[in-house]
Amino acid sequence: MPLLDIQSLVVEYRTPKASVKAVDRVSLSVEKGHTLGLVGESGCGKSTLGLSIVRLVPPPGRVTSGQITLDGIDVAGCSDEEIRRVRGKRVGYIFQDPMTSLNPVKKIGDHFIEMINTHEPGISRENALKRAAETLQSLGILPERIDDFPHQFSGGMRQRVMIGLALALNPDLLIADEPTTSLDVIVEAQIIELLKHLKESLDLTLVLITHNIGIVAETADRVAVMYAGRIAELGETGDLFERPMHPYTKALLNSVPNITKKDQILSWIPGAPPDLAEPPPGCLYHPRCPFAFGRCRNEDPQLLKRNNSSVACHLYEKR
Amino acid sequence: MTSEKPEGRILIRFLPALTGLARRGLAGWAILIGSAIVAVVGVITVTSPWISPHDPIAINVGPILSPPSFEFPLGTNHLGQDMLSRVYCGGAIMFQVAIISMIVCLVVGVPVGLFASYAGGHIDQLASLVMDSIYAFPGLVLAIAIAAMLGPGVVNMALSIAVVYVPSYFRIVRSQVLTIKELPYVEAARMMGARRSAILFSYILPNVIASVAAVATINFADAILTAAGLTFVGLGLPVSIPDWGWDLTYGRRLLTSGAWWVITFPGIMVVLLALGFTLMGEGLSELLNPRLQK
Amino acid sequence: MLTVTNLRKYFPVEKSFLDKLLTSQKNFVRAVDDISFSMNRGDILGLVGESGSGKTTTAKLCLKLIEPTSGTILFEGVDLAKVQGEELRRFRRNMQLIFQDPTASLSPRVRAGDAIRHALLFQGVGTATERTERTKTMLERVGLKPSDSFYDRFPHQLSGGQRQRVVIARALVLNPKLVIADEPIAMVDVSVRAQILELMLELKKEFDLTYLFITHDLAMANYVCRRIAIMYLGKIVETGPKEKVFERPLHPYTSALLSSIPIPDPKAKLERMIPKGEIPSPINPPKGCRFHPRCPHAQTVCSEREPQLKESGSSHYAACFFPR
Repeated sequence: MPLLDIQSLVVEYRTPKASVKAVDRVSLSVEKGHTLGLVGESGCGKSTLGLSIVRLVPPPGRVTSGQITLDGIDVAGCSDEEIRRVRGKRVGYIFQDPMTSLNPVKKIGDHFIEMINTHEPGISRENALKRAAETLQSLGILPERIDDFPHQFSGGMRQRVMIGLALALNPDLLIADEPTTSLDVIVEAQIIELLKHLKESLDLTLVLITHNIGIVAETADRVAVMYAGRIAELGETGDLFERPMHPYTKALLNSVPNITKKDQILSWIPGAPPDLAEPPPGCLYHPRCPFAFGRCRNEDPQLLKRNNSSVACHLYEKR
Repeated sequence: MTSEKPEGRILIRFLPALTGLARRGLAGWAILIGSAIVAVVGVITVTSPWISPHDPIAINVGPILSPPSFEFPLGTNHLGQDMLSRVYCGGAIMFQVAIISMIVCLVVGVPVGLFASYAGGHIDQLASLVMDSIYAFPGLVLAIAIAAMLGPGVVNMALSIAVVYVPSYFRIVRSQVLTIKELPYVEAARMMGARRSAILFSYILPNVIASVAAVATINFADAILTAAGLTFVGLGLPVSIPDWGWDLTYGRRLLTSGAWWVITFPGIMVVLLALGFTLMGEGLSELLNPRLQK
Repeated sequence: MLTVTNLRKYFPVEKSFLDKLLTSQKNFVRAVDDISFSMNRGDILGLVGESGSGKTTTAKLCLKLIEPTSGTILFEGVDLAKVQGEELRRFRRNMQLIFQDPTASLSPRVRAGDAIRHALLFQGVGTATERTERTKTMLERVGLKPSDSFYDRFPHQLSGGQRQRVVIARALVLNPKLVIADEPIAMVDVSVRAQILELMLELKKEFDLTYLFITHDLAMANYVCRRIAIMYLGKIVETGPKEKVFERPLHPYTSALLSSIPIPDPKAKLERMIPKGEIPSPINPPKGCRFHPRCPHAQTVCSEREPQLKESGSSHYAACFFPR
């Protein structure tokens, strides 16, 4: 049984002006110990999807239908009490911006203690501090820094603290939303290596949300490509990069520069992602797709299984 | 609603804007209700010369201190003046004073705020010092002090109120300018070789004006209350002008003799007008803030 | 065209009130510490570095948005330090900047067309009709057709890529000679980046431009630039033609950078040479070679003396005592 199973999830943002489906009928699953890379550009709904797994979608966003099952627990439907127990203990979350995700007036050690106390209220301060120091050490931070404040840490260190906090209670699943976007190149590599190392040593299941195709290629076992709130393609990393099926995947891969390739010619996708308040009919990608034909303009493609992958595109329908 | 009446046509043109506001939640409603209140009071004030049954400053049009009756629906005061007419006409002076003081504030506070905070350094420090000193005084006390110095008259009253409120305009402009002048688009304007005045008026001012409007409406309400306060203590206006503040002064004294109607109705009008502007101002700043943050 | 010699920019560090009383020592952020480089007409130079490297400060110095602490900047033979006031205002036509954040670089209350037209207006170019015409032509050139429709739009009515095009149009409408682009595509969607880059390259040919690209994205630098200068903690550590710098890097920092970038190919073998630790503070840079505390090949001399840029192959320079 997969650790995380999402079935036909729909997350809507309802405002008086319009109702927008940030996530539209998304189904995917992650096996224990695997890494799923959730890839897409800004506005595709990947962050919303991540937040919905821990029920932290900000209002006016709401999960309006579908199921999210985490190791048997119905995350979308369970009580508030239950979801609070899930957050931190079963699922760790690394938010997008380490600069603002830490409380500037709290020492780093206190961040950890608060985290540990919430789920293990009986624990003594001493023990909690010890655990925090150990965690920091495993992250490559000197344990003496436990009394420092966030502003005394650099961006990379803060991100490590975030990772530490997310893992402090030994969750089964770790969701990382753009963990390296605001970091320098070398620090980014350090964090990626750290994540890979932690994945191994803790047998972590990881959902990596990013727009950086490179880190997904490096760390993910399976990749899900999202566009305008839907899954365009889903498959093993190797397959997806070598034989991309969906036209969006193909175009996306061709638009990313690879420094090891000589004389690469980059392409791009004309136009812009659709306005989800007034989506085009049929396939949401068809206005920008060079392969669009009649059906694409009218009918919404379903997610079809092809070998070990899935793709939502009319081109792959069996006649 | 026929489109023959000019009011009708205006209403039709504004209808989409009105419904748009209504949909914007509480803030939109605040603006609508506030503007409605202000509009009603405004219409009353403007049409007061025609709708007042009696001359508001004519004495002895009726028996002294008679309670509300059919002939004098809001009663009469100790001079035999008709309260209804006084309530109708008393607003005119309020509006005049408040408008003049707002104009002075805008003309002084906004440019000083713009130039001083953009220039920075000593100029900014000096301007802030002056403005903060004025701001430190309780509004009414300062207004009274200045009005006492300047003497009676509509313009003098407006000036004393303006002095009290200029710092608010200065501050809001300054806080906005300090943020905006660091933004890339101002840097871009410098890169294009824009002169300082061009940068201030084409790039900084348009982005500051929204907040100024919000502050202006709230200050307008405050100005009205301060104006009433000034006439309440006897400064600013000669007796020959009908004015709610004057009514409040005497109404207060007459309360002990049981004539509740002299203070009540003008009091309600002052509160209503201030409330109307406050609602508008609060609604405006509510609406503008989230958009600014977006 | 542009010659930078021994450029330095130190920013004084704000001290707390107590510190001001107790210590008289002044601390400086050595943002740019003695760099020299030059650009010829038609060059495309990529200034590559991480945060704290001084690349953005260098750009601002070249554009005279800030003043250097010492050193000279010559633009077509003219010493920038000597250009002031009204002359400087008109001088700005020659150098323009393309910003990183397309949203923040456009005033939300100014329409797209006006933003471009203002550039011409402020420099007193042509008549009102001519300015509008040139603006419309520029809008079409950057791909915002029909220009009439885009002219009146406000920034919030445009997509990120479109906004960046407006920024480019605004920068180029004055026909500058040098264009400095600070992370021009970092905040644009991945699938549209190449379009903006291609546009910039086309416009370069059409307007005979010289580009200075500031970026931390080595893959992007590799795609568009011809020459590269790698900066670390305020110093240029390696410079040369892009093929040489990226294929046979001399400086260990360059190698570290190259090995750190993620490759969008799951089959690629990654041999990472990640230097330990983080970038030190530019207030107190390490003595000697600034990279030595993190360098896997550091020797004693590296902590004692600062290496200068030395040629190691045609036009390929590195500031290292032991280049590979």
